[in-house]
Amino acid sequence: MRGRLVLAFALGLAAAPVAAAPARVASTNLCTDQLAMLMAAPGQLVSVSAVARDPVASAMAAEAARYPVNHGSAEELFLLAPDLVLAGASGPPATLDMLRRLGIPVETFPIETDLDDVRASFRRMGAALGREARAEALVAELDAALAAPPPPPPGQRPRAAILYANSWTSGAGTLADAILSAAGFDNVAAGMGIVGMGRLPLETLAEEAPDFLVLGQDYGSPALAQETLAHPIVAALGAERAAVADNLWVCGTPRLARAVAALRAARTEP
Amino acid sequence: MSLLALEGVTASRGRRPVLAGVDLAVAPGEVVALLGANGAGKSTLLRAAAGIAPASGVIRLGGAALGALDARARALRVAYLPQEREIAWALDVAALVGLGRLPHRATPEADRAAVAEAIAAMDLAGFEARPATELSGGERARALIARALAQEAPLLLADEPAAGLDPAHQIALMARLRLLARTGRGVLVALHDLSLAARWCDRAALLHGGRIVADGPPEAVLTAARLAEVYGIVAHLDRDADGPILVPVGPAPSRPERG
Amino acid sequence: MSRPRPALVFGVLAALAAALVVASLLVGPARLPPGESLAALLGGAPPAEALIMRELRLPRAALGLLIGAGLGLSGAALQGYLRNPLAEPGLVGVSGSAALGAVIALYSGLSAAFPLALPLMALGFGLGAALLVQGLAGAGSSSITLILAGLAVSSLASALTALALNLAPNPFAASEIVHWLLGSLVDRSLPQLWLAGPFLVAGMALLLTLGRSLDALTLGEDAAASLGVSLPGARIRVVLGVALATGAGVAVAGAIGFVGLVAPHLLRPLVGGRPSALLPASALGGAILLLAADVAVRLIAPERDLKLGVVTALVGAPLFLHLVWRSRRTLT
Repeated sequence: MRGRLVLAFALGLAAAPVAAAPARVASTNLCTDQLAMLMAAPGQLVSVSAVARDPVASAMAAEAARYPVNHGSAEELFLLAPDLVLAGASGPPATLDMLRRLGIPVETFPIETDLDDVRASFRRMGAALGREARAEALVAELDAALAAPPPPPPGQRPRAAILYANSWTSGAGTLADAILSAAGFDNVAAGMGIVGMGRLPLETLAEEAPDFLVLGQDYGSPALAQETLAHPIVAALGAERAAVADNLWVCGTPRLARAVAALRAARTEP
Repeated sequence: MSLLALEGVTASRGRRPVLAGVDLAVAPGEVVALLGANGAGKSTLLRAAAGIAPASGVIRLGGAALGALDARARALRVAYLPQEREIAWALDVAALVGLGRLPHRATPEADRAAVAEAIAAMDLAGFEARPATELSGGERARALIARALAQEAPLLLADEPAAGLDPAHQIALMARLRLLARTGRGVLVALHDLSLAARWCDRAALLHGGRIVADGPPEAVLTAARLAEVYGIVAHLDRDADGPILVPVGPAPSRPERG
Repeated sequence: MSRPRPALVFGVLAALAAALVVASLLVGPARLPPGESLAALLGGAPPAEALIMRELRLPRAALGLLIGAGLGLSGAALQGYLRNPLAEPGLVGVSGSAALGAVIALYSGLSAAFPLALPLMALGFGLGAALLVQGLAGAGSSSITLILAGLAVSSLASALTALALNLAPNPFAASEIVHWLLGSLVDRSLPQLWLAGPFLVAGMALLLTLGRSLDALTLGEDAAASLGVSLPGARIRVVLGVALATGAGVAVAGAIGFVGLVAPHLLRPLVGGRPSALLPASALGGAILLLAADVAVRLIAPERDLKLGVVTALVGAPLFLHLVWRSRRTLT
């Protein structure tokens, strides 16, 4: 293990200054992990975050298994000797500052709040990795998947509420809101004036009486947070259910088209 | 029939044997002083007689074997006044004395009457509404005795009730116990104060080496030889028209100091 | 000092508890008109309103009432039995240990397979803590022994609770440490009421039989025994009753501190110090405190999921300090 790290360090030192495109990229964020895995040239991506291997959170857990993982600490990242570190905009500032002081470039990616942001992220990642053509191809793929049938006009859209564990929901200005909208739903939380992530108490949910409920995923192991989703009142509301795996709409990747497709199917089923 | 009869009672505290065959009886109408040096086993004897400490041998309360009585029947036959004057909560005096009524399943009127009588007997009239935790030492001791009286048991076992009282209250207390006995009850009272025992008790029982070594009128029990033997002291013995006078005056010359 | 008037005290306490149950039913994020919402409990209301009232507010109010009463009663019983005004299910470690039992049952998946495991594990662990503290610092022991024994047991229990939650596979588990240590009634459901309610009621019924024994214990153990009280019987009822009345509540609402300390302390002078009168009074007082705290967390910061233990500690901790200050001479 130690020998491998030393070797990687030596290789990194040798490779870093030569190419314009980064040769050793380490990603520390679930969303940058997935975009980087989709776009990086063979051998370019040297590490992804440990979360990328968690099948509940990550839409690309199987792919992530092929990469060494990191836990986002400055020490382990430095030992990887990267010439670029990818991070979320909300990444730990102390760690990122430390890496910059050590002379390692850090590229941060903002959280996408709509589909245009997603396209911008694709292109930003393409530019960072020197893989612009691949980025354009992914944008085209996403647009093709979203284009399919036109959504119903406002007024005829069913009202959907998203309920994650602990009564959290996605309001206006979130990727999930954009996905609901693209799938032809009105987001109840956005209609209530919730912007960003917010709380949707069960009482308010019952009052709003949505047509569709999109419930957060069960993590397969018990926790109080998920009891909200199993509360009898949720079943008693009688709303139709639309199931979307959390990992499909956590990040702005081409996979979010699958979430849109699943939601469209739920809306149009008899 | 005696109110209390002990025959061949043995008991230990931890592994140390304390009582090794005690014979003792208390009849209605008498105040019996239970005497003995520190650690002689006076408290153990009283607790065994009250049925709250394990002992073997024969213990009878009013003719009935102690073991055959349930806890409530026992409480109706014997009242026990511990040495520690614990009062955990600020109950008023009337409520405190009323605790003596717990074993009875009597009407509220009967309970009130018994409490009032006990309060009067201990000269506590006017104190009924005072929090018991705010009483002086003497008042507190009297309130706890009143609690035991309200139990209306024919036998009272009292462990050092005079300890910590000033002479006036000690004398008043002994007079009350004697008055109580005159109403037909029996009193067994552990005492350290030999003067009180000699003057106020009908009988004295001297506990030494786990046995009752002398039992009879105080003057017959508290001889100079026994005082030297049991307590290691010399006392001045006298008597006036009302009874014996005993004043401890110094250590016994021939004995080493007791530890 | 005026003589206590128990009938008046109980009347006022019962009226306050009833008023707070109604208040608890009326406060929530859905702004329902008071008259209509109470009518919705009985039926004949729009479905959303009826659902909110029956599935959310009713179990929350009922659990607040029962859990608060259980805590108040447990505190009064422990104080009476140990003859120590500092005894309380939280401070002696029963609540914390019950939380540990509940955490193990819930996060291991045991309670998903067998729902009764949740209250049973909680009260089993609570029982263990009660026996342990009882063994370390029995009745009549000094305050300092009791507090140190309770501190040791509750520190160990909260450390193990945090450890269990950090090791639990679910990503939310670690953030739920605060729920188990401070308690909450948010989004409780009717099934949870049916799960905990019978244990709470059984525990309280057991503790309410202790009146005569605790009265007699005012005079110490020997005097109580001589008054016909069975000390082993009283001990079993206290330990079992406290484990039931506290443990079942902790299982569904987490460990809520200080209710069992504050209720008996405030009410003792009003009932003339008698433990037998203090038991039912503290049950009502505990219910009042917990319902008031639960209404307060909904009014102060409705969106922030403020924990009940925060409010009860804000009231209880200064009182605890006051008690320690007052008894500092006897704390030896």
